[in-house]
Amino acid sequence: MLRMVSKRLVMAVPSLIGVVIVTFLLMRALPGDPAAYFAGPAATKEAIEQIRKNLGLDQPLIMQFGRYVGDLARGDLGNSLTTGQPVATEIRTRLPASAELTLLGLLVSMAIAVPLGIAAATRPGSLVDHTCRVLATAGVSLPVFFTGLILIYVFYYLLGWAPAPLGRLDIFYSAPPQVTGFYLIDSAIAGDGEVFLASLKQLILPALTLGIFSLAPIARMTRASMLAVLASDFVRTARASGLSPMTVIVTYAFRNAMLPVVTTLGMVFSFLLGANVLVEKVFAWPGIGSFAVEALIASDFAPVQGFVLTMAVMYVMLNLIIDILYGLIDPRVRVEA
Amino acid sequence: MTDIPVTIARPSTGLGALVRHARYVIGENRVTGFAFGLFVLIVLAALIGPYVVPYDPLASNTAMALKPPSAAHWFGTDQLGRDVFSRVVVAARLDFFIAVASVVLVFLMGGLAGVAAGFFGGWTDRIVSRIADTIMAFPLFVLAMGIVAALGNTVQNIILATAIVNFPLYARVARAEANVRRNAGFVLAARLSGNAEARILLGHILPNIMPIMVVQMSLTMGYAILNAAGLSFIGLGVRPPTPEWGIMVAEGAAFIVSGEWWIAFFPGAALMIAVFCFNLLGDGLRDIIDPQRRT
Repeated sequence: MLRMVSKRLVMAVPSLIGVVIVTFLLMRALPGDPAAYFAGPAATKEAIEQIRKNLGLDQPLIMQFGRYVGDLARGDLGNSLTTGQPVATEIRTRLPASAELTLLGLLVSMAIAVPLGIAAATRPGSLVDHTCRVLATAGVSLPVFFTGLILIYVFYYLLGWAPAPLGRLDIFYSAPPQVTGFYLIDSAIAGDGEVFLASLKQLILPALTLGIFSLAPIARMTRASMLAVLASDFVRTARASGLSPMTVIVTYAFRNAMLPVVTTLGMVFSFLLGANVLVEKVFAWPGIGSFAVEALIASDFAPVQGFVLTMAVMYVMLNLIIDILYGLIDPRVRVEA
Repeated sequence: MTDIPVTIARPSTGLGALVRHARYVIGENRVTGFAFGLFVLIVLAALIGPYVVPYDPLASNTAMALKPPSAAHWFGTDQLGRDVFSRVVVAARLDFFIAVASVVLVFLMGGLAGVAAGFFGGWTDRIVSRIADTIMAFPLFVLAMGIVAALGNTVQNIILATAIVNFPLYARVARAEANVRRNAGFVLAARLSGNAEARILLGHILPNIMPIMVVQMSLTMGYAILNAAGLSFIGLGVRPPTPEWGIMVAEGAAFIVSGEWWIAFFPGAALMIAVFCFNLLGDGLRDIIDPQRRT
């Protein structure tokens, strides 16, 4: 098991190197002169020259890359032009908001998609099956920002059930003392039921939006792999031995069917992390996505670069975790490694 | 006619045969037929939309601002009194153009690189696969954001970014298909008759994997539209007052909380229908051309 994990860790290294190279090249591809760009529109010629020297832009490309990697190793992602704050600090304080939202979104979609997929597979051709298929096709067709807006219109404007879509917590409440940065967990630790409920209310709609968006691939995969497993010999044997249908589905089929679903999670995360940016914009969520969007509009490049890098590193790590998880669930992978 | 791609790659010539084949494809599956109808509608809107809409999509009329849908303004009017229906119809051209352009571009980049990788193997294969892997290491929409930010905030760069993030998909499919055929009988025959490798690649392998690539293109077309609309929703690429579905939803978003739903709803619905139509069409095409991959 340990060997499998370390082997997989080594395999993640080229991806990380690729990610760092691409983000470096993205900065180099800035239109015009990066020094003039970082100096701002009002800078004099001397100031631009000074900045060029400070940024090391007068050195050969390979030296600049070395410098960039050195900065990264020290956790330095540069400074934001608009706020003057270090990008790394900004991303660190905003990351929990995004992570809480994304993880809850994933939980929501798993909670809907997995039972739906199983129900569809056990009764092919039934109403549930058709619902599953329609939902799976409709889910990928829905622009995630559009779903969010419709949910806001229905649940905030028409029904008045949801709070105003303005961030993580209503202004009447103050944030719980920071432990994990996840408001739900922090308020639970602090034993503050009121704040817990308030932050849950703010979370429901954006999490549901993300959930609807990522539901399709999970439901589709669950249905397909469940169908394959239900047709296999060991399920036939289990049925022939007179086990109840529930036992066959839950203990025999479900555990085997989950393997391909876990693999799809990698793709689902790619969707989720991207959709997260749009959902944060719709719900004024103070996460790293909206941070990057604000910086983009202001042509402030360092935060965008830091954001792309953070997201990519997180994505590589998530894929790593998924693979290790796969090894834990499926003993065969362990033996082969 | 339905099982092996090779037969599709050599269609009988003449307009009559083409129409017969198209009718067969549409009639085969009712859902595909429906999607094809929608597709024709979108293409029509893109082609003649600007000439048939009742109002100028850019003309503002503050006296008529924020009016709900009515007989005069089917989809209502926005905050500047512009007719939402006219804007939604006119926007079809730009959205459709972005999607088609990016899909064609990624076909040229990813398709050709993938075919070369699968056919030649060795270093070509290693380089192409490495590039594809590196792109796959990013959450795709995030990478697209970074590319547009770095190259500059224009529609061309949105097209380029959408093409780049789809590169791995095309490269992988093309690579796998070319790899299977690299030593097929017809390739050996072509080589024996003295064709150069490049000629075999472009004249023999590529036409044979075209059907699968066409399915791939129609399947990613929906994603391309979504991606481009997402980028313009966060303020990249298309600039107001240009009518484009993503940016129209973004403009209408501010009015959702005060109940003016129609400004964001109709362009969002148009976007959704377009993506839905391309996905259905792609699925239908795949079922017909490549039935083994039916899910």
